[in-house]
Amino acid sequence: MARVIFRWTVLTVMGVFFLLPLIAMVEFSTRDPETWPLLLDWPRLAEEYPALAEGILASLAQAALTSVLMLVLLVPTAIWVRLRLPRLRRVVEFLCLLPLTIPAIVLVVGLAPVYAWVNYLIGGSSLTLVFAYTILVLPYAYRAIDTGLSAIDVRTLAEAARSLGAGWTTVIWRVVLPNIRSAVLSAAFLTVALVLGEFTIASLLHRTNLQVAIEFLGKSSATVSVAVSLTALLLAFALLLVLSLAGSSSKERRS
Amino acid sequence: MAEVAEAVPRRVAGRSRPRAGALLGTVPFFAFVTIFLVIPTLTVVIGAFTGAGGRGFTPANVRALTDEYILAAFGRSITLSAASAIIGAVLGALLAYALVTAKPDGPLRRVVTAAAGVLAQFGGVTLAFAFLATIGLSGFVTLWLQEHGLDPYANGVWLFELPGLTLVYTYFQIPLMVIVFLPALDGIRPQWREATASLGGNTWHYWTRVAGPLLAPAFLGSALLLFANAFSAYATAAALVSQGSPIVPLQIRGALTSEVVLGQANLGKAMALGMVVVVAVVMTLYALLQRRTAKWLG
Repeated sequence: MARVIFRWTVLTVMGVFFLLPLIAMVEFSTRDPETWPLLLDWPRLAEEYPALAEGILASLAQAALTSVLMLVLLVPTAIWVRLRLPRLRRVVEFLCLLPLTIPAIVLVVGLAPVYAWVNYLIGGSSLTLVFAYTILVLPYAYRAIDTGLSAIDVRTLAEAARSLGAGWTTVIWRVVLPNIRSAVLSAAFLTVALVLGEFTIASLLHRTNLQVAIEFLGKSSATVSVAVSLTALLLAFALLLVLSLAGSSSKERRS
Repeated sequence: MAEVAEAVPRRVAGRSRPRAGALLGTVPFFAFVTIFLVIPTLTVVIGAFTGAGGRGFTPANVRALTDEYILAAFGRSITLSAASAIIGAVLGALLAYALVTAKPDGPLRRVVTAAAGVLAQFGGVTLAFAFLATIGLSGFVTLWLQEHGLDPYANGVWLFELPGLTLVYTYFQIPLMVIVFLPALDGIRPQWREATASLGGNTWHYWTRVAGPLLAPAFLGSALLLFANAFSAYATAAALVSQGSPIVPLQIRGALTSEVVLGQANLGKAMALGMVVVVAVVMTLYALLQRRTAKWLG
């Protein structure tokens, strides 16, 4: 009995603490009744807050391109290393997990000179952030894909396909990839959620994205920026929640 | 599973082509990681010891870390990280314990762990705005409290200083603690409690002599992870604090944005190196404690 009381006391107090900011955001963003209709009206939003519209579009493009670049770079390499170069696996793993121990603010200090070259070679578009973001999501994406590859017998699949005359491209693209579809999907989801929330690198390399636009807008129109924050937040919540629920149900199936 | 796959003798794969050809397949990955991860990391390490203008080895930047204002910023960063890690660890552990006493496959536990997974990722500008809407000067809670005759800011506005940052950081620290501490709590076996009881021990003895010592390494390790998490955080603080640079990440912002004027670029690198050293020390301790935890609760 004492346990049940303890459990519900803790859960209630924590629930209030975690829900209060979300409720406050709803309340704050509805103080001006114009705010939410404005957000749903894209042409008007783009006209009244061009910087915000630009940031939203930039973030969506960054999220999509980072997912693509991450998959193109990581999936074939991870499969290839498992099949042909097992000794390199430790190195690849180390490099992929390295960004976890380097704070983004530190990475930005080192990226600044690299980006001076990027500016010089391909210009200062906000899409160039995709390179840095791919590094940033590497640990999460690698762990997702590596888990997926560990769950199947890559070697036997590859040997079966090879013995039937398939080339390496066919092995990777048509045999292994369909078997790790859910791992690839969760890596892409994580990437989108992380990129939509990124601020440090964009802001310090003087490029725009959603978070930079929200921060900039906060100085002039707090209500709109809180409303956009809430929308971005709910979107990321939905993405990650789908991911974690899908993850826990697939784990159950395996066990 | 991975070990099983590895143990299968290499048959077709692995000897059909020379190794040099196989290495070619990894070139895009290594080239990309070299340019955007290895070179930036080396830039920070080497730059920290390079003089102004990019010439010569000098310990001047690293020595400048002992300047009073930089030491003070490191001190405040460590205080903030430690405070939010301790609060987050204690409250997170309580929440995790409340979950462990519930049904293992019940909906309560599933929903709370999923929510914790999401909230632990929640940070940055949106978190700052969430708290501005809550206890900012015209926030929901602030106005409500003022209507009832209580002014949280009667003694000055603390939201944009260390106490405020600690409160905001707690919001992602507690969920992170739940995620990393829950497996350790799951490792505690009910038989140990029965064994204590059969030897004549009561609940107090069980917690101080059995469960406490067993959980201590896991708890400390999780707290260290929380410390590193708070120490590396930048965006939330940057969005909340617009005046002054109380903590190291904001000092680095200052050095980065004023590098043209003051030639402070390499001082920024030295501070960045200082941050890496702190995080590396903390993470090493974390790994050591993790190994100790695995002995009993793995």
